[in-house]
Amino acid sequence: MNTATQPTSNNELYAERVQRLNDAIALRQPDRVPIIMNSLFWHTRHAGLSFRDAMYDYDGLSAATRKALDELQPDAYVLPHPIMALGPTMDIMGYRQLKWPGHDGVSNDVPFQYLDKEYMKADEYADYIFDPTGFMLHKYLPRIATAFEPLAKLPNFPSLYYTRIIHSTRSFANPDLVNAFQTLQKAGEEMGRMLGKTVQFIDDMAALGYPLAESATALSPYDLFADYFRGSKGIMLDMFMRKDLLLEAMDKAAKLIPLQAIPAAKHSRSKGVFIPLHWPGDGLMSPDQFKTFYWPPLRKVVMTLIENGLTPIMFWEGGCTSRLEHIMDIPPGKCVYFFERTDIFKAKEVLGKLVCLRGNVPGTVMSAGNPDDIKAYCKKLIEVAGKGGGFIMDGGSGIPDESKDENVQAMFDATREYGGYA
Amino acid sequence: MSDNQKKLIEMIVGMQSPEAIELTKVMLEEGADPNTILDICRKAMDSVGQKFEAGEYFVPELILAGDMLERISELVKPLLKEGGGGQKKTHGKVLIGTVAGDLHDIGKNIVTFMLDVNGFEVKDIGIDVPVATFIKEIQDFQPAVVGLSGFLTLAYDAMKETVEAIKTAGLRDNMKIMIGGGQVDQVICDYTGADGFGLNAMHAVKFCKEWFGVKE
Ligand code: B12
Repeated sequence: MNTATQPTSNNELYAERVQRLNDAIALRQPDRVPIIMNSLFWHTRHAGLSFRDAMYDYDGLSAATRKALDELQPDAYVLPHPIMALGPTMDIMGYRQLKWPGHDGVSNDVPFQYLDKEYMKADEYADYIFDPTGFMLHKYLPRIATAFEPLAKLPNFPSLYYTRIIHSTRSFANPDLVNAFQTLQKAGEEMGRMLGKTVQFIDDMAALGYPLAESATALSPYDLFADYFRGSKGIMLDMFMRKDLLLEAMDKAAKLIPLQAIPAAKHSRSKGVFIPLHWPGDGLMSPDQFKTFYWPPLRKVVMTLIENGLTPIMFWEGGCTSRLEHIMDIPPGKCVYFFERTDIFKAKEVLGKLVCLRGNVPGTVMSAGNPDDIKAYCKKLIEVAGKGGGFIMDGGSGIPDESKDENVQAMFDATREYGGYA
Repeated sequence: MSDNQKKLIEMIVGMQSPEAIELTKVMLEEGADPNTILDICRKAMDSVGQKFEAGEYFVPELILAGDMLERISELVKPLLKEGGGGQKKTHGKVLIGTVAGDLHDIGKNIVTFMLDVNGFEVKDIGIDVPVATFIKEIQDFQPAVVGLSGFLTLAYDAMKETVEAIKTAGLRDNMKIMIGGGQVDQVICDYTGADGFGLNAMHAVKFCKEWFGVKE
C-alpha cells in the first residue's frame, strides 16, 4: 500500500480487492472482511433519479452507480443494469410479468413488481417434460409478452423432415410472425444498446479499481416452477397432487439452467453466479418437502456450476435456520451462502468450515434504525461470523431502497473500522 | 358422527384432496345436509390449524387445506338455504389487509385462516390496499382489531401512514392495531405506531385473544 505509485494504484486496488474476496470465499483469512455494494434503488434515489429514470436512463443509472461506488469504496459491487435497465426493451416487447414505474399507469416513484400468476397450467407439466423448447416457444413465451404471441404459429420443428422442412418456411411469411420478428428485432437492438453500455460500465469501473461481485445468475429449479411457471399457490398444490411430474420437470430444469449460466459467467470478469433462493424459508415447506423438492435439484445446479469452475452465490431469502443441517453436502470453499434473516451466528457454527457466509445487516435497521445500531450489529457480525475469515459483509437483502444514507455509510465505515484481521 | 363424516375429516386433515372432494360429492348425492358438511370442514380446519401451530404442518398444507375448503364450499353453496352457513363466530371482529404498494398475500391469508379457525370474524380486504380504503372499510365493518400485513421495506411507511390516517379519522381510540409480515420487529412497531407486531399467525391469534379477553 505505502509504496504504491499513482499510475498503477487502481490496478493494485482492483487486485487487492479481488484477493480479499477470493480469500474469503476460499475460507482463507483475508487482510480484512470484504464488503459488497448491493443496491437497486437506494443509490439511484441517493443520486436524485426517479425510480422510472433508473429503469430507462442507462447513462443516468451508470452515473448514479459510479457516484455510490466512489463514496462507499466497496470491495466489489452488484451490477444493477441487468435487473433495472429494462424499461425500454420491455416497452417494445410488451412484457407482461412485471409492473414497473412510469408504465401503464404506475407512478414514477415505486419499484417494479413481479406478478404472481399461473403462467403454466397444471396439466402442462407433461408438455414441458416431453419437449421443453416446444413448450417455451408455443405456449410460455406467447403468454408473457405481446411480441411473442405469434410464436405460437411457429412450426413444430421436431416433427418435420425432408420436404416438410422446406414447406415449413411458409410460416415465416405469416404476417403476424413477420411483424413479431420486426418488433423483436427492435427489442434486440435496444437490448444491444443497453448491454453495450453495461459492458462499457463494467470496464470503466474495473479501470477505477472496482471489481464485479458476480457476473451471471442461475435459479433453483423449484423456484423456476414456483415463480415463473405455476405461481405460489399452484406449486404448493403440485407438491401434493402432482409430485412425480414436478420432480421430473425439475430434474430436466436442473440440466437446462446451467446451459445459460455457464457461458455467461465464463465470458465475464467474475466467476460468481448469483442464485436467488425464493422458497426455501423455514415455514414455507416442511423439512421433508425441503429434502425432497428443494435441495436435491438445486444441489444439482450448484454442483454443475462448481464443476465448471464457477462460484455459486446462493441468496437464502427469508429465514432458513432450520435448513442449515440439510445444506452441508457441498465441497468446502467453493460457494457462498448469503443469508437474509437466518441466524448467521448459528450458521457460522454449523457451516463455518464449509462455506463462506455473506450478510446480514437487517433491513429494518437500515431503514428505521440509526448509525450506532448499524455499527453495533456490524461489529458483532465481524467478531462472530467473521472469525477466522470466510465472511463477506452485506445487508440482509442488500441495501434496502428506503435505507437512510447515514446507515449505509455506517455499514461501510464499521467494516473498515472493525473488520481488519490482525 | 357417521362413518363418512369421520372419513371426510380424516381425508381433509390427511391432505387427501381429490379423495375428499369425491367423498363430498357422494355424501351430497346421498342427501347429506350441506350445513353438516360445512361443520365437518370447520372441524377439519381446526385440526389443520392445530397441526400448523404444533409445527407439524407448514404453509403448503394450509394452502392445500384452504383449496379443499374452497372446492367443497363451491359444491355445497348452491344447496344451502338462505341464512344457512352454520358458522359461529363469537369472539369479535378483525379487519386485515396488505398495505399499499405491497402485493404479498400468502402470510396475510394464513393469518386470516388461523384467526378464522380460532373463532374470530375476519374481514380480509386484500392486497395493495390504499389508506383511504382501509378507513372506509373500518368505518363500514367496525372491527376492534386491525391487522396490517406487509413484506417489503416500503411497507413500513405505508403502515405508518395507515395508522396515522386511522388516528386522524378518529377511529384509533378503541382499536388495537397489529402488524406483521416479512421483516418487522419492535423498531418497526414503534416506527409505525402499532400496538404489537407478530412474526407468525399464532402471534396474531395470541394478540386477538388477549385484546378480546378470550379465555383459553
Ligand atoms: C412469495 C414471495 C413473493 C411472491 C408473492 C406471492 C404472493 N401471492 O404473496 C412474488 C413472486 C409475487 C413476490 C414479488 C415480489 N417480492 Co417477494 N417474496 C416472497 C417470499 C419468497 C416469501 C414471502 C411469503 O409469502 N412468505 C410466506 C409467509 C407465510 O411466511 P411468513 O412470513 O413466515 O408468514 C407469517 C408472518 O409474515 C406473519 N404475518 C403476515 N402478515 C401478518 C399480519 C399480522 C397482523 C401479523 C400479526 C402477522 C403477520 O404470519 C404469517 C403466517 O405465520 C419472500 C422471501 C422469503 N423467503 O421470505 C420474498 C420477499 C418478501 N420479496 C421481496 C421482494 C423485493 C419482492 C419484489 C419487489 C421483487 C420484484 N422486484 O419483483 C416483488 C414485490 C411485489 C410487491 N409489490 O409486493 C423481498 C422483500 C425485501 C425488502 N426488504 O423489501 C423478499 C424478502 C425477498 C428478498 N429477500 O429479496 N414475492
